[in-house]
Amino acid sequence: MASDDIWILGIAMTKFGKHSDKDIVDLGSEAAIAALADAGVTMADIGILAAGNLMGAGAGFGQQLQKQIGQTGIPVYNVANACATGATALRTAIMAVKSGEVRMGLAVGAEKLSGAGLLGGGGTSKKDGNKFEPRGRFGSVLPTDGRIGTDTMPGTFAQVGMEYGHKYGGVSFELFAKISEKNHAHSVLNPMAAYQKRFTLDEIMNDMMIAYPNTRPMCSANCDGAAAAVVTSGEVLRTLSKEQQRRAIKVSASVLTTDPYEEACQILPDVNTLTRNAAKIAYEQAGVSPSDLDLVELHDCFATAELVHYDNLMLCPEGGAVDFFMSGATWRDGSMPVNVSGGLESKGHPIAATGIANIWEVCHHLRNEAGDRQIKDAKVGLAHVIGLGSACGIHILERSGL
Amino acid sequence: MTKTIPHVDYLELGDKPHLVANECTSCGARFFDRRNACAKCFKNDFKKVAISTDGILKSFTIVAFAAPGIPVPFVAGIIDCAGTSVRGNVVNTEPSPEKVTLGMKLRLTTFSIGTDEEGTEAIGFGFEPA
Repeated sequence: MASDDIWILGIAMTKFGKHSDKDIVDLGSEAAIAALADAGVTMADIGILAAGNLMGAGAGFGQQLQKQIGQTGIPVYNVANACATGATALRTAIMAVKSGEVRMGLAVGAEKLSGAGLLGGGGTSKKDGNKFEPRGRFGSVLPTDGRIGTDTMPGTFAQVGMEYGHKYGGVSFELFAKISEKNHAHSVLNPMAAYQKRFTLDEIMNDMMIAYPNTRPMCSANCDGAAAAVVTSGEVLRTLSKEQQRRAIKVSASVLTTDPYEEACQILPDVNTLTRNAAKIAYEQAGVSPSDLDLVELHDCFATAELVHYDNLMLCPEGGAVDFFMSGATWRDGSMPVNVSGGLESKGHPIAATGIANIWEVCHHLRNEAGDRQIKDAKVGLAHVIGLGSACGIHILERSGL
Repeated sequence: MTKTIPHVDYLELGDKPHLVANECTSCGARFFDRRNACAKCFKNDFKKVAISTDGILKSFTIVAFAAPGIPVPFVAGIIDCAGTSVRGNVVNTEPSPEKVTLGMKLRLTTFSIGTDEEGTEAIGFGFEPA
């Protein structure tokens, strides 16, 4: 192992679901303590803490965590980057290790979202009888959500999938429902998932419509959860035990991008360009091509989003995502298993935890510790998240081979 | 005569209602909001340009579940108006996938969306089948 390689030494996630008896700090602490134990180190070894929570913990989530898991005086970076918050925390810890400033870093993401309901919709409506006054950057006299398009997440991502259909053809309500059918089928094997229920295609299509073509099971599940990872360098890993070296997972690529200006990107968020850009950089950094991947965990916040990311991550030829999916490639027994965890639609999407939990899933397979859902002989995997605004995190991971 | 005000300041009322964008005089990028600088080329000189009132629907969703107070279902869409993408609702048609289809031709229309305590009427816009 090269001295400047980056390694995940330990990683953990809580079960995703409803944790009514735990607060955000409890969940973050549980994941952090488990990741440290998995790494075989303690807070005394950690030189930096990067902590992410998007909603609810208030200021200084990282410092709140330290008070429960160990106050050692190390710097804390509190990060927020929408649904890419967890990946951003991990990337922050990786950059600190890579710079040589610290020997080990800890990244934590935690969220409580059970019962949060619809995200993204503008709620505040002006009371009747007020005087109309232009407000904000659009000089609007009444709220725009619902009157000029939609701000809701299910509606926004529905349009992302439909736009792909307009560009390349072949999409339908049934096609998107089939993607959801796959992920729910995968979830049955994942005890960490918030929901482990297999649905028939009919059940998915006849469930409550949220924003056509996304019905309820085609939307990511709001739930509680946390995930954490300990990262270190090849130089440090060489000094650790053989067992730690054997279980360590190499971070072959760690990339974070935002969306570059494109026509229409301020009209409908462009989740494509920044993902494609991140993927290109990641494949180059890792020296691998999409065909080398044994599994992919990608950001299926809605069934309509999963389709476009097959293309953005270059798992299929440009414009070929529909045929690629219909070939069965992305089922767990296919040529390119995608979201064998059940994805955000069934595993759940506690926002700040997601960007580390998807890496946990990939690591679990690369360590050959994934039990019933193990992808046989997995050597290389990719984890992708996207947060609107936008931010995209991609990590390519490889087993140590020791 | 009732006093009117546009829902948003990029909606120009009058005989032929239309949308108006801030176009970067340097690179031509178009924006509908108040600008500090151009997101594409970082220059900060803009001119007002009228946007075509005809377009085609390049994406849509039928929102069945929205924030309280927003009537559902409604069709939210992205309309390609002669090369400029516009966000808006598809109106004056049944909100169903049978009636609303990708690539359908649309045109801008305006309508009242409320009146304030002084009797000023707010005029909103949407896109209807052409």
